[in-house]
Amino acid sequence: MADIELLPHNVPSKTELPELVEELTTLNLGPTHPATHGIFQNILKMDGEKIVSGEQTIGYIHRAFEKIAERRPYYQITTLTDRMNYCSSPINNLGWHMTMEKFLGVEVPKRAQYIRVIMMELARITDHIICNSILGVDTGAFTGFLYVMQKREEVYEIYEEVCGARLTTNMGRLGGMERDLSSTAIRKIHEFIKSFPPVLRELEKLLNRNRIFMDRTINVGPISLERALSYGFTGPNLRAAGLDYDVRVMNPYSSYEDFDFTIPIGQNGDTYDRYMVRNEEMWQSLKIVEQAINNLPEGPYYADAPEYYLPPKKEVYSNMEALIYHFKIVMGEIDAPAGEVYHAVEGGNGELGFYLISDGGRAPYRLHFRRPSFIYYQAYPEMCKGSTLSDAILTMSSLNVIAGELDA
Amino acid sequence: MLSNQEVAEALLEKFGDQVFDFEEPYGLLTLSTTREEILPILEYLRDHKTYQVIFLTDLTGVQYPDNTGKEFMVVYHMHSFVHNFRIRIKVSISEADIHIPTATGLFACANWMERETYDFFGILFDGHPNLTRILNIEEMDYFPMRKEYPLEDATREDKIDALFGR
Repeated sequence: MADIELLPHNVPSKTELPELVEELTTLNLGPTHPATHGIFQNILKMDGEKIVSGEQTIGYIHRAFEKIAERRPYYQITTLTDRMNYCSSPINNLGWHMTMEKFLGVEVPKRAQYIRVIMMELARITDHIICNSILGVDTGAFTGFLYVMQKREEVYEIYEEVCGARLTTNMGRLGGMERDLSSTAIRKIHEFIKSFPPVLRELEKLLNRNRIFMDRTINVGPISLERALSYGFTGPNLRAAGLDYDVRVMNPYSSYEDFDFTIPIGQNGDTYDRYMVRNEEMWQSLKIVEQAINNLPEGPYYADAPEYYLPPKKEVYSNMEALIYHFKIVMGEIDAPAGEVYHAVEGGNGELGFYLISDGGRAPYRLHFRRPSFIYYQAYPEMCKGSTLSDAILTMSSLNVIAGELDA
Repeated sequence: MLSNQEVAEALLEKFGDQVFDFEEPYGLLTLSTTREEILPILEYLRDHKTYQVIFLTDLTGVQYPDNTGKEFMVVYHMHSFVHNFRIRIKVSISEADIHIPTATGLFACANWMERETYDFFGILFDGHPNLTRILNIEEMDYFPMRKEYPLEDATREDKIDALFGR
């Protein structure tokens, strides 16, 4: 048998290989991507798995609120504010009312202030519920999402009891609330205070010390305190970086000074810290709700300011004075002085500011919303620079960027 | 605690007649300055050892079309966390020369705020790294927040203001 001559494999030597062209991949994350939780586009330049740079395109749901507000009587602007941060719309709505009250010098009675605090803190809880549970979903933990979403539903039921609406809750009125807390609402709030802690504890058990969750979030998307301040971070994202700035404490509004609560802070400003700060804030919010509902003062739920406060419907139908005031207010005859005012509230995401300039007309001359999401989403490319795509997703969901607030 | 008087006096001492129109609407120290002095003032407030007004809360524009020579105004809101002190600084610029230096060198957050102001008012921030539209489409060739673009259609006859008590 003759020797079979083995032919050499036809493999080109290394020098014959074509030069690999070093080129960055352009990856479009969004505009509609299930993991971005909203409509914004991120054009990422990738070197292999690493993100080298990013550029965001926003404005896909821009609705020109500031322009619309210039043509609307003050009363009709309330419906715009609800649609900014739709995860915690009562805060936006009541924040706008407080701005107007500050501007017009309306003194709100204690009961209304306490009801507002309850509603705003419940809204903060729903906001954080969504952010934290979706953060879990992004790491693959769908169970936690199912646990806490039921609780958001219960808060929405409370809203429904208080004002009739669930998502865009136009529950405030100039000078107070639209209506008083009914006994059913009070009962539901008490029930919520009792039933929420076990569920939140369950979420904590599922995620807080979870090996996978910790690996996926610790040191992911970190931002230093210095950069966070330069980028104008507020709210949980700033507190996660280590500064205890909270509008509720520094510039108390609506009787926040009456309540005892602490401001949780983080250290590293990474995704895990942001999660933990939000988690702790839910406990604190619950504490505030509990204090407010237990010490709910007696008295009227609206100010004695008939020229601003829309009279209750029952009176409008039976009382001539009320009907006249109703017409005057609805037709936009609020005597707003000329001047300017800036008022800030602690929104779900951070300092939510309203800058109002009036020339004495029936609509604002200029109304500017300081929207926290808009301010800090610009830091996103810097935060995910050098990380992988999967980390960038988590960074974004822990920033809690709400498209409605981003674009306004 | 820092008082409005204290900061106003310090600014007057440092910048002289470049700062003017001091006001206190709703307790917030408000002052005007020129566009040549705005960056030095922001920097002075930010780097001042006592005041530490390190936080640029808000930056926006306003248009006053009837105010000839000062048609546009850029408004800066700043905040000192140490003293819980807020300050508002205004700069008026004319439509014919609609330029103002950018604050992006001092505050990273000024980037998008200035882009937004440019997008809506057409105010040009000199030295801005990427002065493009942010909320509106690139193809837009006008600045929608200007007062010359009213919202309601002025030609509609069924919406006479007098009929609606306006």
